[in-house]
Amino acid sequence: MPTAEQTLDEILSLAAAHFKVPREKLRPDDDFFKTLGIDSLQTLDLLTKLENHFRVELPDYELQGVSDFRTLAGKIQARL
Amino acid sequence: MLDLQKYSCLGAALRDAMERFGGETCLIEADREREKTRLTYSDFKEISMPLARALEDADFDAGDRAAILMTNQSKWLISAYAIFYCGGVLVPLDYKLTAGEQLQLLEHSKAKVLVAEHYLWRAIMQSPEFQNIKTKLVLVTEAPLGAELAGGFRWEDFRRKGTPDFVMRQREDVACVVYSSGTGGRPKGCVLTHENYLEQCRALTAWYPFWPGVRYLSILPTNHAIDFMVGFIGPFVCGACVVHLRTLRPEFVRDAFVRYRITYVALVPMIVKNLERGLRAKFDELPGWKRAILNRMIALNKMLTRRKPRVKVSRTLLPGVHRAFGGEVLALITGGAFMEPSTMQFFYDLGIPVVNGYGLTEAGTALTLNDLKPFRADTVGKPLPGVELRVLSPNEEGIGEIAARSKTVMSHYLDDAELTLETIVDGWLLTGDLGRFDKNGHLQLFGRKKNMIVTEGGKNIYPEDIETVFDGLPVKEYCVFAANYVWPQKKLGREMLVMALRLEQNQRFDSALLGEIVARNRRLPDFKRVGGYVICEKDFPRTASMKIKRQALAEELGKTVNRAAVVGL
Repeated sequence: MPTAEQTLDEILSLAAAHFKVPREKLRPDDDFFKTLGIDSLQTLDLLTKLENHFRVELPDYELQGVSDFRTLAGKIQARL
Repeated sequence: MLDLQKYSCLGAALRDAMERFGGETCLIEADREREKTRLTYSDFKEISMPLARALEDADFDAGDRAAILMTNQSKWLISAYAIFYCGGVLVPLDYKLTAGEQLQLLEHSKAKVLVAEHYLWRAIMQSPEFQNIKTKLVLVTEAPLGAELAGGFRWEDFRRKGTPDFVMRQREDVACVVYSSGTGGRPKGCVLTHENYLEQCRALTAWYPFWPGVRYLSILPTNHAIDFMVGFIGPFVCGACVVHLRTLRPEFVRDAFVRYRITYVALVPMIVKNLERGLRAKFDELPGWKRAILNRMIALNKMLTRRKPRVKVSRTLLPGVHRAFGGEVLALITGGAFMEPSTMQFFYDLGIPVVNGYGLTEAGTALTLNDLKPFRADTVGKPLPGVELRVLSPNEEGIGEIAARSKTVMSHYLDDAELTLETIVDGWLLTGDLGRFDKNGHLQLFGRKKNMIVTEGGKNIYPEDIETVFDGLPVKEYCVFAANYVWPQKKLGREMLVMALRLEQNQRFDSALLGEIVARNRRLPDFKRVGGYVICEKDFPRTASMKIKRQALAEELGKTVNRAAVVGL
């Protein structure tokens, strides 16, 4: 099983690829709504990508109130 | 459909619908690609009655209030029907609020019963305010066996054998208390009667009828006035089918259109824009020659549907686009927030009409709707049957505050006579929205008189409701405004919240203060966050009791500070 840091790093890389931004532009504690200029539906789109990658399933409500990559990584890590 | 004029309450109309449309499918619930529930009207009745009987046994009487706190799902509607059957008053609560906010509204409503989904009830149990809860009976859906429910009961086990007595209500009796805002201290609970709902349903279905075989995709929260009407009452009294999705992931929403051959769906602008983005990306991937053909077909469709929608023609000309939507969509219904005309036009040109409307919780659901005769992307349509609208104190351009009179307008705000008197004057509901009518009787909106924003997700956000998160901010004083309230721009859109800050003498706006504001802002859900700030040179005007005079401060800011000076957060 990957470590929490590895999961976070993979999420940042996948998010950068999904939204076509340089990887170095994204930091773990960034507010992704602001950094990426996305709305909550685009976040859900990203989550689907992440679920497929990590082979986990998260209900929508797990994302309620989540706005930074580190917290998101924690939610995914908890289900690995 | 049922003749709603003959009914005195929602419970009676729904009860007759169960009998009349018995074998028709009324409800489908799916989670991602997995279908979890499929009920006919007879099944729905069979599941609801033991719950109604158990509520009856628990001394839930006529006029008692029962709150529902759930995402869109079958148990929402089943519980609502059981509550109406017992003569109860429904209090739909917003599942996207924080647990503390939900508890605050629950207390204000004095609900005797709460029906809550397990994850939401868990959050409430962990909330510091939980110890003050006064609700007598709590029913929790989907709780695992043996889960700690703090005195609550599993919804699935809360059933009694036997036939409950149907409790008839009169048209003037209260059907629902719906909160339009007020988590910041002054809850605005709109008290809506059975007449309000029956008349709203009659008006809407006169223009956009449902019938057995129609499938409505329920995506907007059912606690929202629009989905409650077009995703429950409307389809049910017409024998149609409601499809619930337990996820809002765009890819599963798109799948649901096709899987269930959806006829109607109500959407907020954010979702419509998401669909538009997806379609445009697909169009861009087409090879040049295919794209050229598509453009020609769109142009031809546009010409042939100039006067009115012609779905068969559009489906023939643009089969790929329509297949992606399941092939049977008649319209996308939008409302509750400003929609870009270009987005509506994009879909209409593809043969998928977007029906735009205007309304507010205080007025039931909708006051105006586009009748598509012809399609107009630049207005919010015409007043629905039975709705009177007028423009108060119009300026030289004919723009003024919209006032409404209709059988759909709420009775009052719960326990707030003062606010009711300010809002309903001589029988007219003052909407706080600015607009004018064009020569064809269409309403055009030009902004708001009130200090609030409506997000693209259809959420009404009042600055007073979010200011508490900044309590104790190390500055002399602060106040949050809707930017368009301070700097009116005579149109909707570009809505954001702005914080006006007054620093202490000799205090500097440094990175520590900025960090503090940003950190607190992030405690709010993304759609409630403040978008920018301005620093004020003068102390805020205050009343004798030291309350900030918001209107005076907004006027002063509007005159002395340029909107361009707002610094983004």
